[in-house]
Amino acid sequence: MTRASIAIVGAAETTRMGKVPELSQTGLHADAALNALADCGLTLADIDGVATAGHDVAEIIQYLGITPTWYDGTSVGGCSFITLVRHAAAAIETGLCKTVLITHGESGRSNNRSHRPLFPSMQQQEFESIYGPLFPPSRFTLPVMRKMKDDGLTVEQIAMVAVVQREWAALHPRATAHDPLTVDDVLNSKMIAYPFRKLMCCLVSDGGGALILTSADRAKDFPTKPVYLRGMGGESAEGPMISQMESFSSSKAFRVSGKMAFESAGITHSDVDHLMIYDAFAHLPIYGLEDLGFVKPGEGGAFIAEGHTRPGGALPLNTNGGGLSYMHSGMYGMFALQESVRQMRGVSPAQIKDAKLSLVHGVGGMFSAAATAVLTSEDQW
Amino acid sequence: MGDRPLPTIYPETEFYWNGAKEGKLLLNSCPSCDKAYFPPRPFCPVCGNRDVEIKQASGKGRLYSYIINHLPAPGYEPPFTVAVVMLDEGVKMVANLLDCPPDPEALILDMPLEVTFEQRGDVAIPQFKPAGGVA
Ligand SMILES: [Zn+2]
Repeated sequence: MTRASIAIVGAAETTRMGKVPELSQTGLHADAALNALADCGLTLADIDGVATAGHDVAEIIQYLGITPTWYDGTSVGGCSFITLVRHAAAAIETGLCKTVLITHGESGRSNNRSHRPLFPSMQQQEFESIYGPLFPPSRFTLPVMRKMKDDGLTVEQIAMVAVVQREWAALHPRATAHDPLTVDDVLNSKMIAYPFRKLMCCLVSDGGGALILTSADRAKDFPTKPVYLRGMGGESAEGPMISQMESFSSSKAFRVSGKMAFESAGITHSDVDHLMIYDAFAHLPIYGLEDLGFVKPGEGGAFIAEGHTRPGGALPLNTNGGGLSYMHSGMYGMFALQESVRQMRGVSPAQIKDAKLSLVHGVGGMFSAAATAVLTSEDQW
Repeated sequence: MGDRPLPTIYPETEFYWNGAKEGKLLLNSCPSCDKAYFPPRPFCPVCGNRDVEIKQASGKGRLYSYIINHLPAPGYEPPFTVAVVMLDEGVKMVANLLDCPPDPEALILDMPLEVTFEQRGDVAIPQFKPAGGVA
């Protein structure tokens, strides 16, 4: 028997999300942090570790009036919050701090901020963006035509990702988009970066979220049902120049991060009841399913199109509707974690019956980085 | 509409852009690994060797992947093609495809391409076009 050592005891999103023009980006961090503290009955004085990404962690510390003994500002894009969960777990395990607050806030839509969250890459500027792919929709999509030729992936299968995730979003009152979609709707939406159309691209939202982690032996003192980390997760990176990916059909960072998370948790794919794969664009769940080993290379598109990940399917995936339909602040990884926590607490509006284990996998930048975490409702296994 | 973006050139990449001015596509190459690599840097990213060479590439490659960009970009009139070219030397680089319409019918993966250069102010930008004429 292995006993859980780290627990997520507090979790919350910002009070409002989507369009929140009345808050700055700093304000979104604070709103999420205060909501997560209220969720678990702690106060700011109880926090001795702070982590965030896409924003100076020291500013968040000062704004919230915290005096930490540990902080982490690892910022590799939207998966950073999943990375920070495992960094926080390591910090608590090694006694660097006791109670960690991880915050995310992003004024992605209203742009109430001084800077964009991702660091510019020098080589990406010098050798890629001079050719005109200035925005994520025309960068993140660059490998996909190759994968379509090599693996037989079709544009209809990519469209099905958006269709299926909208079915999940329909179950979530807080999701941005609820109306059902068809493959035709997706394929008739505005062309953005051939072969990608608007409904294959994420939303642009304001919002945030926060998590509070502490050691598992304290977890039962809190009012909410604790969610435990199983193993220490995984992370890896390949870098910001998408043209230099080793393979255009598979992400090396996904594979390394995922393998590490499975091994550390001591689980197999059939143990996973619920899955979140960060979907900034509709091809990402396809790469994710393959690179995490849920299906064989080249089979991800067909797996989703056949309905295995939709409500009632064998492998519920992106049950909040994902970045395509729930919300996408810019660094969405925090929202994937929030849905995993809700599922493990048994309180998601799209609750999977008897789900005990959730795997959450995120991408950072444009296939630049990856992180994976395994959450469970069980305190031992 | 503005001007097309210019690269910010650093000491380690100056040779590449100087070569482009002379109509040459120059690549770093590692003699120990016997392999070219991209983008330029003064050491081999495989073995760490600092004793690397600069070699002129054949300028030949094939269309490895692409998107047709419909979003705005300074100096560009959408839609335009953003391609990834696989050079015969085994390295990938981004380019626009010149002398080729931004149309999936014309953009056939693996079709042969050859290097050409686009002048932007004082800077020559390596670009690619269908080998042996218009597609
Ligand atoms: Zn070498």
